[in-house]
Amino acid sequence: MSALETPSLKPETQNTRTFRHVLTVIARDPLSLVSTIVIILFILIAVFARQIAPYPLEGAGKTNVANTMLSPSWEHPFGTDKLGRDVLSRVIVGAQPALIVPIGVVLFAILIGAPLGAIAGYKGGWVDEVIMRITDLFLAFPSLLLAMAIASALGRGLGKAAFALVISWWPWYTRLVRGVTLSLKERYFVEAAQAVGVRDSVIILRHILPNTISPILVQATVDLGTVILAMGGLAFLGLGTQPPAPDWGLMVSEGRTYILTQPWIATFPGIAIFVVVLAFNLLGDTLRDIFDPRQYK
Amino acid sequence: MLLPPPWKGRRQGKTPMQKLEFILRRLLASFVVLIGVSIMTFFIARVVPSNAAELYIGPKARPEDIERVTKQLGLDKPLPVQYVIYMNELLHGDLGLSLGTKRPVLTEISGRLPATLELLFSGMLLAVLVGIPLGVLSARWQGKPIDFAVRIISIMGVSMPAFYLGLTLQIFFFRDIHLLPLAARVSGDLRFTSPIVEKTGFFLLDSLLTHNWVAFKDVFLHLLLPTITLAAYPIGLIARMTRASMLEVLEQDYIRTARAYGIRDMVITYLYALKNAIGPSLTVIGITFAYALTGTFFVEVIFNWPGLGLFTVRSLLGLDYPAIMGITLFGAVGYVLINLIVDLLQAWIDPRISLKKS
Repeated sequence: MSALETPSLKPETQNTRTFRHVLTVIARDPLSLVSTIVIILFILIAVFARQIAPYPLEGAGKTNVANTMLSPSWEHPFGTDKLGRDVLSRVIVGAQPALIVPIGVVLFAILIGAPLGAIAGYKGGWVDEVIMRITDLFLAFPSLLLAMAIASALGRGLGKAAFALVISWWPWYTRLVRGVTLSLKERYFVEAAQAVGVRDSVIILRHILPNTISPILVQATVDLGTVILAMGGLAFLGLGTQPPAPDWGLMVSEGRTYILTQPWIATFPGIAIFVVVLAFNLLGDTLRDIFDPRQYK
Repeated sequence: MLLPPPWKGRRQGKTPMQKLEFILRRLLASFVVLIGVSIMTFFIARVVPSNAAELYIGPKARPEDIERVTKQLGLDKPLPVQYVIYMNELLHGDLGLSLGTKRPVLTEISGRLPATLELLFSGMLLAVLVGIPLGVLSARWQGKPIDFAVRIISIMGVSMPAFYLGLTLQIFFFRDIHLLPLAARVSGDLRFTSPIVEKTGFFLLDSLLTHNWVAFKDVFLHLLLPTITLAAYPIGLIARMTRASMLEVLEQDYIRTARAYGIRDMVITYLYALKNAIGPSLTVIGITFAYALTGTFFVEVIFNWPGLGLFTVRSLLGLDYPAIMGITLFGAVGYVLINLIVDLLQAWIDPRISLKKS
């Protein structure tokens, strides 16, 4: 009995899509390699922001009236803003809300969306119907518009903006995982598990969800770029991080008034968003080619 | 002629009855989605906030005002009753009064709509005119430098925050080379020199209709930078999608056959292949409208464009809750309608799409 059970219950793994294979492809493609390095670098900067920033207190919002609107120099490589704060320090400290929070948003969206998608796809019938109709409700709105509405219903603040983004992003993962689950359901290893009487919850947790990880990862990489842009947008509109705390989107908004005379205030945080999002999109493109060469969107 | 040109190809049997049925079914589906949208906005407007009545009065709410609005909105009644009250107001076109301007939200929205639509349409037009050829070129020369260049351009397009791109363009085109105006829809002195007679609210069209060439030039120059800023993201999306679907079509047997017949490359690419690849691009254009809609919010702020976006941002900053909810509902309804139009267009353009499904 156990001789029969063991091989048939093992989830299938494709040799070409192993972690090592992904690393090799990324290492061979200069653009992806640079993107990966940029992403890791920015995450490290965000994590150790207080240690790295030359003026950590100004980065967090302390004003320095003696140094207002200084143009970039050795002392202040990105210049200073209208309250005399070192822009470089603020870009570094601002990486936390602008980069780490979106990563958290995507993680939570996956944690909510993926299990629902797996349940909908696996169970079918009315469960599927109910879950997918609710999903449709959320997808009937442009994501950023929905996030803006929810964020303003909750009140301003970084946490509330992040929550609003999670609420408007999870349905995408439900839809994705449901699609993958529908095709996994037909595979032998799932049928085998059903045949030996494994419970539905165990099949979903142990056999379906682990096999949806690669498409989720690809989607998440591309989504991270979009969510960083959305988060920056909310901050720009004043719905995210509140002053005097730094956030890239907020800094662009604050520097906008001085764009013609002191362009550095808005430019450096703007470039930071652009570079990070570009890196995620380039990497996401490569990942998509590896996991699904046919579906290059 | 051994091979019939694509425009003379036989349409697969789709009777008028089937078409009508498809349209009706699609309309019904959109109607259901609209009801869903109204439920969602109801929840965001009335249930999610812990103090909905206070939000409807604004920061300086007095206790008696709160009591009055609670009664008026029916916030003390059960949820289904509240929803009925909400829907009743909606169906009468009553979105409440804007806290900022004290005028009906619907009036505020419809008055600003032409400015936003002018920007939205010109942005999408530019995106289609640039995005589709870029995608075709990229697929035609797959693996060549031009393909690489297009991929990089389109990825950069979808990575650039609109609010930053707009500022950069302002620095270059206004401050550095003095070529284009900084912001606004028209020059400040235009209404004294050659005022625009408003007929449609689309200034470009209005000045054209009244042969007001001075105004036309002025409007056009003001429209350029916002249009480019808005189009950057859609160009990236459309180019990527067109490239992908072109690559798929170019591998098909009938393309090889056409090549074997010695038909010119240009004809194959632009007539035979593009015709069949345009379907997926249409879907993306529909999705892109949604991005562009929220994109106008940022573009309008940067360029001080007196449309819906600027109003939205002011409402967000001023905690003008009725206005925010009105705009949300309006945007969602617009999005549903665009998706409906795209679906109908696609079924009309592409006879292969099964009318039975979806």
